[in-house]
Amino acid sequence: MPTMPAGTLYRGKVGMWSWVLHRITGVAIFFFLLVHVLDTALVRLSPEAYNAVIGTYKTPIIGLAELGLVAAILFHALNGVRVILIDFWRKGVKYQNVMFWIVVAVALLIFIGFAPRHLAHVFG
Amino acid sequence: MSVVIEQPRSPRSRKGANWEKYGWMYMRASGALLVILIFGHLFTNLFLGEGIKAIDFAFVGGKWSDPFWKVWDLAMLWLALIHGTNGMRTIVNDYASKEAVRKTLVWALWGICAVLVTLGTLVVFTFDPCPAGAAAELLPSFCPAS
Repeated sequence: MPTMPAGTLYRGKVGMWSWVLHRITGVAIFFFLLVHVLDTALVRLSPEAYNAVIGTYKTPIIGLAELGLVAAILFHALNGVRVILIDFWRKGVKYQNVMFWIVVAVALLIFIGFAPRHLAHVFG
Repeated sequence: MSVVIEQPRSPRSRKGANWEKYGWMYMRASGALLVILIFGHLFTNLFLGEGIKAIDFAFVGGKWSDPFWKVWDLAMLWLALIHGTNGMRTIVNDYASKEAVRKTLVWALWGICAVLVTLGTLVVFTFDPCPAGAAAELLPSFCPAS
């Protein structure tokens, strides 16, 4: 078994895991976007067709999946801002590690503000 | 097909436009705009009022009777689909080991993107919030009673 090299700047650290998370959330959001454009296009067909499909978005299981979608979007968006700052801000690289934790904290804060309200809509 | 990686210090051997650079710039420019557009979209559609429970044909009809939301949603459609497709292209380029597979997947991605951008744009521009013959209770309140 090869052992993991110690003391690298990137591997196994915040830099690597934020990249992994950015990819996974990006792919998930992409596939949702494909479905979302198609379901919204149903407004052109008939009110009944659109209402029938959008009705599934209000069911408990999809309602919970929406929480996951919002969490993915929150991380992807805020970590994207972090990536922009690393690329364009003079001190971006220096603060990339602390910025990751700010991303996680802000995403969590917004999520905590959103989740109870959304769950009340879905289950209320 | 094996991939040839140039020596790091070899002079640039590139002809034509540097599309990878424009792609890189596009991801950041569109990404910054999408943060605002999508957060606004989620706030108005999922947070305000009754959230997901309130979304139906009449809700969309009400929103798209305002040019502000038409422009907002069109911008989101174009920016997000191209951003997402380019991101998927990056991932395909990273993991597809056969050149033919990679090419096919990248073509498929841009094909899907073109179809959905066209479909979405047509829907926004040709949308009728008060379609003839539809049940009045499914339509926005401003529609004339038929």
